[in-house]
Amino acid sequence: MTDLLVLRVVVKLLIPFILLFGLYVQMHGDYGPGGGFQAGVIFGSGFILYGMVFGLETMERVAPMRLIGVMIGLGVLIYAGTGYVTMALGGLFLEYGLLDHHDPSHGQHYGIFSVEAGVGITVASVMILIFHTFASRKG
Amino acid sequence: MIAANLPALQVVLPLAGAPICAILGRRWYGWLIATALCWATFAISVLLYVQVAENGPISYMLGNWMAPWGIEYRLDRIGALVLIIVSGIAAVSAPFAFHSVHAEIPEDQHRYFYTAFLLAMTGLLGMAITGDVFNLFVFLEISSLSSYALISLGRDRKALFASFQYLILGTIGATFIVIGIGLIYMMTGTLNMADLAVRLPAVAGNRVVDAGFVFILVGVAIKLAVFPLHLWLPNAYAYAPSVVSAFLAATATKVAAYMMFRFVFTVFGVEFSFDQMQLSWLLVPLALIAAVTGSLVAIFQDDLKRLLAYSSVAQIGYIVLGIGLATQDSVTAAVVHLFNHALMKGALFMALGAVMLRVGSVDINAIRGLGARMPLTMAAIVIGGLSLIGVPATVGFITKWYLVIAALETGWWEIAVIVLFSSLLAIIYVWRIVEAAYFSEPSETGATVTEAPWPMVASTWVLAAACLYFGLDTRLPVGAATEAARALLGGTP
Amino acid sequence: MSLLGHYNYWIVVVLMMVGFYVVIDRGNLLKKLIGLNMFQTAVFLLYISMGKIEGGTAPIIWEGGGPYSNPLPHVLILTAIVVGVATLALGLGLVVRIREAYGTVEEDEIREQDDP
Repeated sequence: MTDLLVLRVVVKLLIPFILLFGLYVQMHGDYGPGGGFQAGVIFGSGFILYGMVFGLETMERVAPMRLIGVMIGLGVLIYAGTGYVTMALGGLFLEYGLLDHHDPSHGQHYGIFSVEAGVGITVASVMILIFHTFASRKG
Repeated sequence: MIAANLPALQVVLPLAGAPICAILGRRWYGWLIATALCWATFAISVLLYVQVAENGPISYMLGNWMAPWGIEYRLDRIGALVLIIVSGIAAVSAPFAFHSVHAEIPEDQHRYFYTAFLLAMTGLLGMAITGDVFNLFVFLEISSLSSYALISLGRDRKALFASFQYLILGTIGATFIVIGIGLIYMMTGTLNMADLAVRLPAVAGNRVVDAGFVFILVGVAIKLAVFPLHLWLPNAYAYAPSVVSAFLAATATKVAAYMMFRFVFTVFGVEFSFDQMQLSWLLVPLALIAAVTGSLVAIFQDDLKRLLAYSSVAQIGYIVLGIGLATQDSVTAAVVHLFNHALMKGALFMALGAVMLRVGSVDINAIRGLGARMPLTMAAIVIGGLSLIGVPATVGFITKWYLVIAALETGWWEIAVIVLFSSLLAIIYVWRIVEAAYFSEPSETGATVTEAPWPMVASTWVLAAACLYFGLDTRLPVGAATEAARALLGGTP
Repeated sequence: MSLLGHYNYWIVVVLMMVGFYVVIDRGNLLKKLIGLNMFQTAVFLLYISMGKIEGGTAPIIWEGGGPYSNPLPHVLILTAIVVGVATLALGLGLVVRIREAYGTVEEDEIREQDDP
């Protein structure tokens, strides 16, 4: 944890906006530039910044590493699960159009959204976990 | 519904299993999940093979996006055969892994071991089934990254450095492949293999295509450990945990060889690769040097896993030789050797894993006198060794037979002589093992050991028995390989 | 086409060779990883500059827009960047553990310890 007061105040002010921007990039991803990879990295960097300034223990209270580990798997499962759902609906793997039986283009939106959500969760968690793994090593 | 989606399930089942394994894989649950998925994927690959054999190549559009715009999974004979090799070896490795992993890897890392194992399998299966060159690169990296992690789990600290060296060379290889893919994409504007095969001849005179071909070839050659780019292989296989050695030695290089088949025969085509680029003049000499030096170096190794790794370099030489000669018989030999070499190296590395479990070392001195103490394991080593030499009635003989015929057909009898010479060298290193196991007094630790647990012996013997069975009844592998070779040389994607 | 007409390829080739040279020549494992990353980054540049056409804009389709740059290479490289990050993280993880096991990250010192 750093003693620089300016840094701590500025970081506290910045982090909400970083996370909000991460969410914006995530949600906007299916019809504009953006998507899960970029959003995940931005979102994760918010946590990493928090950990760098306020210490790893404080970060772990917000994001326990057990939870992060589960989130990594969960994201992959959401991605693969979307594919399984479309297969269960009688289509091919990741055939989003079937997710809405009125309008295939809505289905495309739902499909992309859920896949990108999975990607975003995994990428953000992986970034946090990589940072934590390196930073918490002693010696 | 399920039948239509088998090609996707083949890859997605282990992919979805990996995170489940990481989340729920405490104690032996990880092993259970991994084993169940390995057998399920094996069943799928058998079903797919039957479909391909009956109805011809399968094409599967991911997300129902039409090829060549979407990613296409395309499965033909050789692809289906490679799928069976990968998932079959994985299915046999899984029962073997239970005791071996328990002995060699700390308990808290078991779940991550099985996660990485499933991911490595996902990558290898994906490489065999995909019809999109960039997708191929992605699966290549999935399998490579998880194999680096798996290798670094070895008990010896040398495993870390071996894994790092593999990481550097493997990444250079993969990046070379990406450069090559980029260059041919620049010229054709497509990434679909079948589409590339159609469009490349029109621009074949362009130097960018030549450069792309060379980049891809060098990249694949690094992953395949073609002499002189094999330097990562011996250490990586020698210091990895036993199961990982068995699985990777039997599958990873086979899939890399499959990449070479795909690029050389399907994407670029026989005419471009062998008439315009004169590939034979590069591959055949390198393959022959590999066959001789690999066997020669293997003779002087005391660490048996290193010995087998160098013998792999020689055996890869045979596969590359088959590709380089580019006749019907030689390509048949190369394809069938993918299958045969997977069987024999799988059996040999598993037998060494059993020795590792009981004796704690795989040095040539450690197995002294074990012929009496671990009769089943040692007998499996003998069968695998005879296969490496190419004794009739083992699978190794089939490959050598077709290779020698192909060499004589092309009129280069010197090649046949060198192949036979390399087999003579194999007799020497196999004899060293046999002599130590059966004709030496046991060492102090060796005198008290007992046979390995039955799942390990059973796994080893499934592969060893397959070495004998397919050496006698050659219809299945040779039939598949002949068909595959015809399709590859005929240029049909 | 002049010698510098496609200057992006010159940049790519120079970066690529610098990275490749560092990987081969340096004995320090960290520097090797840095070189490897440069090498990969050069390939990213190759792809991205390949998709650009003169006057091309981002491919968000609107009336009167265009010509558009090819977005596909960008998507491919996004994947390749993720692969690069994963490789770097794994490589650094290995270096940390090598350092713990051997007490050094110099290749020649590691080799000396392994076979003295």
